[in-house]
Amino acid sequence: MIVEFGHLALIIAFCASVFLIVVPTIGLRYRWINFTNLASPLTISQFLFTLISFLILMSAFVRSDFSVKLVAKNSHTLKPLLYKISGTWGNHEGSMLLWVLILTFFGFLVACFGQSLRHDFKVKVLIIQSTIAAFFYAFILFTSNPFERYSIPPFNGLGLNPLLQDPGLAFHPPFLYLGYVGLSMSFSFAIAALIEGKVDSVWARWVRPWTLIAWIFLTIGIALGSWWAYYELGWGGWWFWDPVENASFMPWLISAALVHSAIVLEKREILKSWTVLLAILAFSFSLLGTFIVRSGIITSVHAFASDPTRGIFILLILVVATGGGLMLFAIRSRDLSSRQSFSVVSRESALIVNNLLLVVSAFVVLIGTLWPLFSDLVFEKRVSVGAPYFNIAFTPFFVAISMVLPVGAMLAWKRAKLNQTVFSLWPALILGVALGAIVWGFQTGGRILGPVGVSLATWLICGALTDIWVRARGNTVTKRISRLIRGHRSDFGKCVAHCGLGIIIFGISAITAWETEDIRIVSPGEKYSMGQYELQFLGVRQYQNQNFMTTQGEFRVDKDGEFFGSLLPEKRFYPVAGIWTTEAAIDQSLLRDLYIVLGEAQDDGKWTVRTYVKPFAIWIWLGALCMALGGILSISDRRFRFSAGSKKVL
Amino acid sequence: MLSLKKKRRIQLLIILGVFLIIATALIGYAMKDGIQYFRSPSQIVLNPPSSNERFRLGGLVKEDSWVKGDKHQFLVTDNSKDIKVTYRGILPDLFREGQGVIATGYFKDGLFEAIEILAKHDENYIPKEVMETLKDQGVYKPSS
Repeated sequence: MIVEFGHLALIIAFCASVFLIVVPTIGLRYRWINFTNLASPLTISQFLFTLISFLILMSAFVRSDFSVKLVAKNSHTLKPLLYKISGTWGNHEGSMLLWVLILTFFGFLVACFGQSLRHDFKVKVLIIQSTIAAFFYAFILFTSNPFERYSIPPFNGLGLNPLLQDPGLAFHPPFLYLGYVGLSMSFSFAIAALIEGKVDSVWARWVRPWTLIAWIFLTIGIALGSWWAYYELGWGGWWFWDPVENASFMPWLISAALVHSAIVLEKREILKSWTVLLAILAFSFSLLGTFIVRSGIITSVHAFASDPTRGIFILLILVVATGGGLMLFAIRSRDLSSRQSFSVVSRESALIVNNLLLVVSAFVVLIGTLWPLFSDLVFEKRVSVGAPYFNIAFTPFFVAISMVLPVGAMLAWKRAKLNQTVFSLWPALILGVALGAIVWGFQTGGRILGPVGVSLATWLICGALTDIWVRARGNTVTKRISRLIRGHRSDFGKCVAHCGLGIIIFGISAITAWETEDIRIVSPGEKYSMGQYELQFLGVRQYQNQNFMTTQGEFRVDKDGEFFGSLLPEKRFYPVAGIWTTEAAIDQSLLRDLYIVLGEAQDDGKWTVRTYVKPFAIWIWLGALCMALGGILSISDRRFRFSAGSKKVL
Repeated sequence: MLSLKKKRRIQLLIILGVFLIIATALIGYAMKDGIQYFRSPSQIVLNPPSSNERFRLGGLVKEDSWVKGDKHQFLVTDNSKDIKVTYRGILPDLFREGQGVIATGYFKDGLFEAIEILAKHDENYIPKEVMETLKDQGVYKPSS
């Protein structure tokens, strides 16, 4: 019975969203305040009913109620509780419900905490947000109802795909969705601003934190996904330039651009139409991402058995949102002119260059991602676009961004003196080049990528530190440090986020340039060496776990003739799904990861084994974490509290 | 004399134009290395690609054809023609005889040397290309 209530709650939420589109719009047209006043309560009830619906679905998973089709197909009584819960969104229907839950949650936040927004504007934002929600409710209710029942419930469920039974992946979708859907807020604000024909710094002050929140979640979500791929898939890779990965990376690039252009708009009241355009594009890329992932239209490593007909519905939403948004932009953007001017050498110019580079690099990724589709439709040739394309076409733009970033970040607004900035950055530049040269000298004959990565990373990190050091003006060191501590959190945020980029660049180039790999067949007792490590395969043992059987290999690792540690890679068998999975054993440290994968058993008791030494692997995710932390610091700055300084002028 | 605003706008468009030109050139250049054609065993037999072209081979792993070892051997079939594939490495967990597979590599002297075997997270998933190939050969029957 309770499951039907979940369905009912979803239908009520759908009705509320339609009601919210119609009534306050009429209210706005005829200035009936009673009608427009309904927007906030309707948004709140929409959220609450969706939440009820989601919790009921979750409880069905936790209780293992197999009369519900979705639960029977994706859960099993033997599964640990965490994966019963994460099973709620580990499938198409549940994940769409999560999507719309987050969408209404953001609307709920505006309804509750948007007192500083002008009434009409707030109502418009809520109407637009609710329009998007209505489409997704219809999508769920008509094509992918999570509450469908079996007339005769099966005795047990089919279980969740074992690869997804992992803490990293349990939280990967919610984070990614918080990012994707967070961008809907910027979209709604942009559309509302276009309707009113007015964009100003107060608008930017609202849009920036929303985008920043979305960007932080996207960063964490992408990092979790890549981390999961690294240790769970057992291929040793961490990024495959796969369509599904690109689908999350493109909104990340665009939202990074949007975060920066919103700064310019807020500080200087320029780049109005550009920022609005980016806000529309960012959400369009989110929808495109959802479309690619959910329709399975492009062959992807991460594709789950998916249903193309559902894709058509998402495509429709994508076309309506993007097409409508861009059309409105074409008609109204002329009203968004600004009067300010700036010099060629200025922070404004630097941020424009940053924006152009980010957007163009997103464009390069987009072409690579959609090319197989295009080629199939137009040339009728089936192709795939592999990592070499992205490495060649995408990397130069990020190298360019890293090269100009430290200089651009220190230029003054309006009119800057280039030699002044360059003067304070000399140490960073010299240190960067010197470290790169030293590394190049040591590695004799390796790829040039390593030294270049070291140089760029040093330049970025030292540049960011120089920036914050110069900012804390003072004659003595103690004075500067005390000023640094009392300084603005957003300055710290900027520094930490830019350092994070440097750390990621270092990690990526180090792992790509210096990784070593070994594959062999070993018999129990056999020894082999890998760099400075001596490994010995001791044998395998088997045991039973809660919901899987495992074959565990044991490796003794010696370093410099002394015992260093044991590594225990596994092959697991999940009887419910009938699937084998590989659990790599990774010894992780700041300097290198030692990574062992157990392959197939040979006929004579021997095993295939793959061993990697991956230098500085962990830096990739540390860097991502740093970036997210930078974003969080930035958002916690008092100057960006939603209420701070924003008068009721918007 | 142009106003400062107009001047900025023109400069902006020039920079954007330059970036786009660079991007297009890079895309064109990178596509040469990055694009991998998808071929079925029948297409390879009919029209063998040159030995330095990296492409994707898709089909089903033929039953009873898998020889294990540190260098794996198996046949990929579209039920009309077979191609012998070798792969040095650890095969994905979902690799099985009778299942769909996509291999990336080079075709040399009648042998396909795979450098990557594509795995899926989902055991019921048949790659779209493989499915279409099988449909072309008239052997694909959608399961319930």
